[in-house]
Amino acid sequence: MTIVAPALIARPPPKGAQFDPLFLYACGAAATLLLVSLGGLVISLTINGWPAFHKFGFGFLTNATWDPVAEVFGAAGPIVDTFACSIMALAISLPLAFGVAVCLVEYCPSILRRPIGIAVELLAGIPSIVYGMWGLFIFAPLFAQYVQVPLSEAAAPGSLLDTLTAGVPNGANIFTASIVLAIMILPYMAAVLRELLLSVPPQLRESGYGTGATSLEVVMSISLPYVRRSAIGAVMLGLGRALGETMAVTFVIGNSHDYPKSFFSSGSTIASTIANEFNEATGVMHSAALIALGVVLLVMTFGVLAIARFLLGSEQRA
Amino acid sequence: MTSLKRSARGAANIAFTGFCWVATVVALTALTAILWALIQKGVPGLNLDIFTMSTPSTGSAGGLLNAIVGSVIMCAVAMLIAMVVGVLAGTWLAEFGRRSVFAETVRFLNDILLSAPSVLVGLFVWIILVNPFHGFSALAGSVSLAIIAVPIVVRTTEDVLMLQPTALREAGLALGTPYWTTIRTILWKSARSGILTGGLLAFARISGETAPLLFTSLNNQFFSLNVTKPMASLPVVIFDFALTPYDDLQRLAWTASLLVAAAVLAINIAARFATREPRRS
Repeated sequence: MTIVAPALIARPPPKGAQFDPLFLYACGAAATLLLVSLGGLVISLTINGWPAFHKFGFGFLTNATWDPVAEVFGAAGPIVDTFACSIMALAISLPLAFGVAVCLVEYCPSILRRPIGIAVELLAGIPSIVYGMWGLFIFAPLFAQYVQVPLSEAAAPGSLLDTLTAGVPNGANIFTASIVLAIMILPYMAAVLRELLLSVPPQLRESGYGTGATSLEVVMSISLPYVRRSAIGAVMLGLGRALGETMAVTFVIGNSHDYPKSFFSSGSTIASTIANEFNEATGVMHSAALIALGVVLLVMTFGVLAIARFLLGSEQRA
Repeated sequence: MTSLKRSARGAANIAFTGFCWVATVVALTALTAILWALIQKGVPGLNLDIFTMSTPSTGSAGGLLNAIVGSVIMCAVAMLIAMVVGVLAGTWLAEFGRRSVFAETVRFLNDILLSAPSVLVGLFVWIILVNPFHGFSALAGSVSLAIIAVPIVVRTTEDVLMLQPTALREAGLALGTPYWTTIRTILWKSARSGILTGGLLAFARISGETAPLLFTSLNNQFFSLNVTKPMASLPVVIFDFALTPYDDLQRLAWTASLLVAAAVLAINIAARFATREPRRS
């Protein structure tokens, strides 16, 4: 047995091997860049919004006076409106999206299944400003004419209905904004829910039907429990979208910074306030206050999104 | 008793089925109404002037040339940045980072960035690029669009690379090929259609984004190719013109909306074909 000297079997490294570490660093740098950009976003917004937090303290979150002239800024109005709009939009959109998803998975004849499924997915990609245009020019006038005016005429002064529907009948209010928002997140949520329902193993559903369960029972007792965690994650994702949505809301919400007094009073979400005022900010404090609003939105959405991602898990990423 | 229970279950089921169908019809009606309005209001404004003249002030003739060109330039630059950064970062996650803590952190933050409100990205870029250099620029607009596009590219790149069989990597390495050559010539090549789809989806997403452009590229009434100056873009023109009280400008806004929606739909459909093709062959 001869021992081969290492020098004899050593070969020159393959051509281009010296670039291996370089490529690794380039890829690593790109990944780090992601981290840096999100970190930079959080840090730079906090720093630039700090003057407002410092000056108004906790009152920035609880005070509803937003007066750029007197330089008094309280974000309570937009914060409440943001939550109100998002939750109303979700309340309208979730049952509809669920119905669409169940229909596509359980009831729809197979000829229609694919076209409707594709249509829903394509509509989920339509830019939000298009929904905003539709809301502003088509939906808001119709809403004012056929819902707001008749309701305010029907409501006796001082009655509960009157209180709930008080507002300028021009169609620009938080309720219309919620509806436009609901229509906007509907295809997205329907597509995700459909995807989830399709992930239920057919054997499970078929054994349900085999025991004589109705389709309602199969959906409620087999399919939904199977995807429960991811479904909640998907809903949170939809909520995250609604919270941060700018364009669809800005056009139809009416832009007032007070607390909402009724369903039909005009308001402003955090995102719409920033979009409307940032370029015309009158002073340093106004800009700082708007950036501070951005920080509040950041905390809200990142919280919701983090919960959504946690629930969806790293394996099942919708 | 049993029959009563059975009929109650049957009734509940019929009600549920009915509700699902009604929901589907309502949803499709609402969405069709939007598309119909878009066509009805947008198509009459389509003419040659739209593609040959810049945005007018009210009362004069004009088109959307500067906005279309601006959108294309800013999206192209953004996609260039996003593809380079996104593909490299996705490759790092799939090939080098794998399950390390750092990779998991990046993955998690990427998922959050994926659905972060775009208006905040606009504010961020305003703080780092517009404010220090005292001026709105198309480049800043591109950067903000790129920040929105990158997470999408990263996600799809990583997902497709993970789907590639380990045997491919081993085959490359067994030939003595350096790892980076294996990645470039084997993995990226076999994942090409997936990466392309990711790019197209990202492109579709950013071509309709408005909020991040409001504070970065602003708007420009005139035709401009200078990326260090403000530049018009279709979404911002829609935003500006829709809020004017003038009929002619609002009509232009509708036409611009139609163009944006059609472009986004076309890109999304292209993305579908890009994924489907390799399965056929």
